[in-house]
Amino acid sequence: MKAVDLKDGEKAKITDVSSGKFQVKLIEMGCFKGSEITRLYNSPLGDPIAFDIGGYILGLRHDEASLIQVQTQD
Amino acid sequence: MSRTKHIALVGNPNSGKSTLFNILTGLNQKISNLPGTTIDKKTGKFLINDLQITITDLPGTYSIYPKGEDENIAVKHLLDNLNETVDLVIYVADASNLQRNLLLFTQIADLNKPTVLALNMMDVAKDKGIYIDLEKLSLELGVLIIPLNSREKKGIEQLKNVIYKTESSYQKNYSELLTKQTVPYHQLVIDRINTASIHEDDSSIEITQETEQRHQIIQEIVNKCQQNNVQKIKNKTKQIDKILLHPVYGFLVFFLTLFVIFQFIFKFAEYPMSWIEYFFSFLADGVNQLIPAGTINSLITEGVIPGISGVVVFLPQIIFLFMFLSILEESGYMTRVSFINDRLMRQFGLNGKSIVPLIGGMACAIPSIMAARNIENKKDRLITILVTPLMGCSARLPVYTLLVSLLIKNNKQFIDVRGLILLGLYLAGFIAVLLFSLLFKYILQQKEKSFFILEMPDYRMPSLRNVAITIKNKTYDFVFNAGKIILMVSIVLWFLASYGPSEKFESIELKYINYQNDDKESLIKSEKLEASYAGIMGKAIEPAIRPLGYDWKIGIALITSFAAREIFVGTIATIYSIKDVDNEKSISDVLAQQYRADKITPVYNLATIVSLLLFYAFAMQCMSTLAITYRETRSIKWPIVQFVYMTGFAYLMSFLAYQILS
Repeated sequence: MKAVDLKDGEKAKITDVSSGKFQVKLIEMGCFKGSEITRLYNSPLGDPIAFDIGGYILGLRHDEASLIQVQTQD
Repeated sequence: MSRTKHIALVGNPNSGKSTLFNILTGLNQKISNLPGTTIDKKTGKFLINDLQITITDLPGTYSIYPKGEDENIAVKHLLDNLNETVDLVIYVADASNLQRNLLLFTQIADLNKPTVLALNMMDVAKDKGIYIDLEKLSLELGVLIIPLNSREKKGIEQLKNVIYKTESSYQKNYSELLTKQTVPYHQLVIDRINTASIHEDDSSIEITQETEQRHQIIQEIVNKCQQNNVQKIKNKTKQIDKILLHPVYGFLVFFLTLFVIFQFIFKFAEYPMSWIEYFFSFLADGVNQLIPAGTINSLITEGVIPGISGVVVFLPQIIFLFMFLSILEESGYMTRVSFINDRLMRQFGLNGKSIVPLIGGMACAIPSIMAARNIENKKDRLITILVTPLMGCSARLPVYTLLVSLLIKNNKQFIDVRGLILLGLYLAGFIAVLLFSLLFKYILQQKEKSFFILEMPDYRMPSLRNVAITIKNKTYDFVFNAGKIILMVSIVLWFLASYGPSEKFESIELKYINYQNDDKESLIKSEKLEASYAGIMGKAIEPAIRPLGYDWKIGIALITSFAAREIFVGTIATIYSIKDVDNEKSISDVLAQQYRADKITPVYNLATIVSLLLFYAFAMQCMSTLAITYRETRSIKWPIVQFVYMTGFAYLMSFLAYQILS
């Protein structure tokens, strides 16, 4: 599943970041394999979305949040 | 001879780097731009005992691998600095977010420069229930650590001590720990810089793997040295976000914020602005009495003083706007403004942050274009700069008021139609903004794909020192850089309006030598303006503006309007030799009695007035704005584009309006 598909407040582990222009950027911002991600809340207009990445808040558009593969911890 | 030492501050954005810089240097700092960019390069000086310290605050970045042209230059600059002059690097990290902050640290450490780690925001980390074993961390990272709380000036003395003493510092080389490292690290970074702007789309595998591995090494270290007490976490930021990003309250707060900013730069700035104008007219009166009438007197009272006044008069608006911008930025709300408006604004090729310059544009485009620097994305920023002058600025208001009063003499309806027309003109400006943003979005080559990957820092109380220093720097920048151009332009315009080919010009005084009526002065002034170079230009452009319904008299007013749009009113008053220039009604009465060559059609009929209103709404008639656009884009191309598209559009709209209505 992708980070964009998480529900508000849902926590997951990042399993992969799709290659492409934003791959390195996202990894640099802390979205690397194995790190924790929690979807926090949307912008009032639905997009972008705020995520908690290891303790800080990162805003991503749907486009960028779709590049992050995650696994929820059931 | 005192010793000197060069130090550099490096770190992520929002790590409190600038706060630390401001504390260390106070007002003893200089901001310049990295060549070819608008990235601030800050340098400052301070003393520790007998040691003279030169400090450079390098632009905040998350990694040493650049992502775009501007970052490319920033990283290059950083490397040049580290290679040549810098004796000691102070790496500033946010203690409440070690993992992400340490990535760049390991990259910098691998460049083999003496580095110390200033662990900032220890208080924030504590509030978040984060406990860091500093000794262990220092051992693991192989670096000297100074805990800091720069907002409360804690740890500064210790840091100064370290700066004073440290000659070298042991460092671990992280690149040796990385697997699959085929090329030396330095080479990798340099290669990346040299290719980044060409292959924007590549995320090379080496760099991806390297970054991931660095993160894993850091994660191991952080896990060893940091304990999180989850129960102690008080997360105020997320609670505040619940309100500020709420679909209803969020927009409410946002519009309230805009309203307050607008009030200040539109309404409250008026008072100091009128004092400044009063002061300079007082000064001109003084000069008038001291220096006998003539060229020098005229140059000073009509060229230099209005020119300087024309620069200084913007200061209240600039100060207010930058006060608010820096408060928004400091408090962490600015990123939320981006977050809230991103969806809407990106449709038009603008940025969530564009909304602040656009609203500011309703007061004055000059500080607003300067404010567009807050937009990180280069293309979004350029579009914002290009369209901001279409917003109805306050200099248009006197022109609108005069023309609308000609259109509708007495208004006895319940709803003031004049107000509605004004509203319509502001709306027309805004619609033009959206239209042209959209157009530029498709025309401008898309070098950088638009994206939104934005750290939203915790809410914090803005630091008064930081706000004050920002205001000081921006004001200084405006007065001494843009101000010079504005002053020059106003002197040129003065020359054009007060000089003309000599024989004809001098004969005017002679013509009136025996004339005794009290309208003598205004008649001479009027004839002189007609004979001046500006007058000649006005006549020369008459064929071009006749299809819009204007004669040469309006042509002169269009030309002098380049100094500032509101000068239209004064010029019109001079041309028709109206004595009582401060009385708008008297001007409007005189204008209403002007007829064309056929003696029947009034000059200012419906078609001409509407055409003029549209022209003033859309045309680029402000030299100061062009000067600022030139300065902010660092290219003569963009002010020209701005002038051509705005004036071209204005011409088209006015032409259509006049041809349809007449």
